[in-house]
Amino acid sequence: MRDVRSDFPILHREVHGHRLVYLDSAATTQKPRQVIDAIVEYYSSLNANVHRGAYDLAVRATEAYEAVRAEVATFVGAPDPNGVIFVRGTTEAINLVASSLGRVRVQKGDTIVVTAMEHHSNLIPWQLLAEAREAHLVMVELTADWQIDLAGYRRALERSPKIVTFTHVSNVLGTINPVADLTRLAHDAGAVVLVDGAQAVPHMPVNVAALDADFYVFSGHKMLAPMGIGALIGKPALLDAMPPYQGGGEMIRTVHDTSATYAPLPHKFEAGTPNVEGAVGLGAAIRYLDALGMDEVAAHERALARYALERLATIDALTLYGPAGDRAGVVSFTLADIHPHDLATIVDSEGVAIRAGHHCAQPLMRRLDVAATARATFYVYNTREDVDALVAALEKARTLFGYAHA
Amino acid sequence: MPDGDASGLTELYQELILDHYRRPRNQGSLEAYTRRVALANPTCGDELELDLLLDGDTIADVRFSGHGCSISQASASMMTQLIKGKKVAEARALAVRFNEMLHGSAEAARDKSLGEARALAGVAKFPVRVKCALLGWNALEESTRSQP
Ligand SMILES: Cc1ncc(COP(=O)(O)O)c(C=O)c1O
Repeated sequence: MRDVRSDFPILHREVHGHRLVYLDSAATTQKPRQVIDAIVEYYSSLNANVHRGAYDLAVRATEAYEAVRAEVATFVGAPDPNGVIFVRGTTEAINLVASSLGRVRVQKGDTIVVTAMEHHSNLIPWQLLAEAREAHLVMVELTADWQIDLAGYRRALERSPKIVTFTHVSNVLGTINPVADLTRLAHDAGAVVLVDGAQAVPHMPVNVAALDADFYVFSGHKMLAPMGIGALIGKPALLDAMPPYQGGGEMIRTVHDTSATYAPLPHKFEAGTPNVEGAVGLGAAIRYLDALGMDEVAAHERALARYALERLATIDALTLYGPAGDRAGVVSFTLADIHPHDLATIVDSEGVAIRAGHHCAQPLMRRLDVAATARATFYVYNTREDVDALVAALEKARTLFGYAHA
Repeated sequence: MPDGDASGLTELYQELILDHYRRPRNQGSLEAYTRRVALANPTCGDELELDLLLDGDTIADVRFSGHGCSISQASASMMTQLIKGKKVAEARALAVRFNEMLHGSAEAARDKSLGEARALAGVAKFPVRVKCALLGWNALEESTRSQP
């Protein structure tokens, strides 16, 4: 993959007198000039409210917004752009499905299946739904190699769950789940499947049609686009049968005094003025990633993860978490008795930005038997030098905590 | 690497603090307690439970348990040493003083009544870590709120 660092203005700023080494892309990614420029360009030449004006500018803004819907569909292999609903992000997409589909599909005593590696945003909405409908929430356990336990998964499916949901890629472990297989099994059991693609779409080629997921969700800000834009990819037949999530402008066909009819897809699920700036930025991000090639992006990150695992394994008393085999560009670890927050503070003084904490995955933390981990995550702009900087900064942490150099 | 301690890290992770982190004083729970308060830092997952045994308006005994970073653990440990045997009102006054120190008051940082907890003055340079150092003190504040 070509060296893209010069495209990212923020990577040229200093932190505490050091080059910024940004290793927290699983939380949010930095933005290339191409995305920033697209947003500036939108406000400089195109801004108007969409779907509402008869004048030229409004028509163009609407065209720009709808063009991105088609680009998103192509990027993730969704057969029908009408099944692409713009949302704030992964969290909103999941809440939309849990609340709308949940209302019609989940009754008292029904089962919803989740896994023990979910981000809180793919857990709490289902907890709320289960509570509201008096349904059962079943959590599938993980194997010793931090994969979804297939035997446990099959057992959960024997309950004929109404909804099954799992993440494509774990934001803590880097585990890449066999989405197509898991989906087929769930479909055989009669379930509707939602896949949390927040850590997959930015990092590898994804074809939603091939995976056959009923709902697939992701966030723009984790894939070079601005915050506040993301997508719910749904099978149109399912979306059509679901009640609206939010009411307001944009989502209606005819409004009577005490009732209304709703717009067809996708607008039925897009009440109110949408984030057009965000969509325009997402379009630019998709074009940027397409130009790099998602296969190349995936290979680059996996190579960095392998290198990081190799280098980190040489640090005395460092514990790595996650599967032994292939994994995405996510590396979680702890170091001796140094708390992850202390690690994050210390490496920050060297310009290295890593995450410390529970990563919004407390059930998983309990299974890892830790309260927190440190986590480094990689993206297109990271290099082997970034990994070396992390390793050097961790040695500094060891020194400060009184450990001898290895 | 910055020369000396421009970053403040050496001060932050000085021996006394690491000692309290690794060998916390008054750690555990009290079988008989008058007040028990559990506090958490939802953003980072640190958890702390503070037990107080009050004898009238005196803190006769104190213990804390939980888990967290070196700063939260060391700070809670130092606090327990400081408040044991003190009147509730005195302990609460120390909490106010400690808070002032963490918000950069040089005068508070010189106040001998804060004892070893003065070692934590350097936390003021790390705004995101201030909440760590305050966790134990906030538990004290909460558990003694309705006391004289
Ligand atoms: C796996 C996973 N799911 C969901 C989310 C939530 O995404 P967002 O905060 O953009 O809604 C994240 C990121 O924080 C994530 O890593």
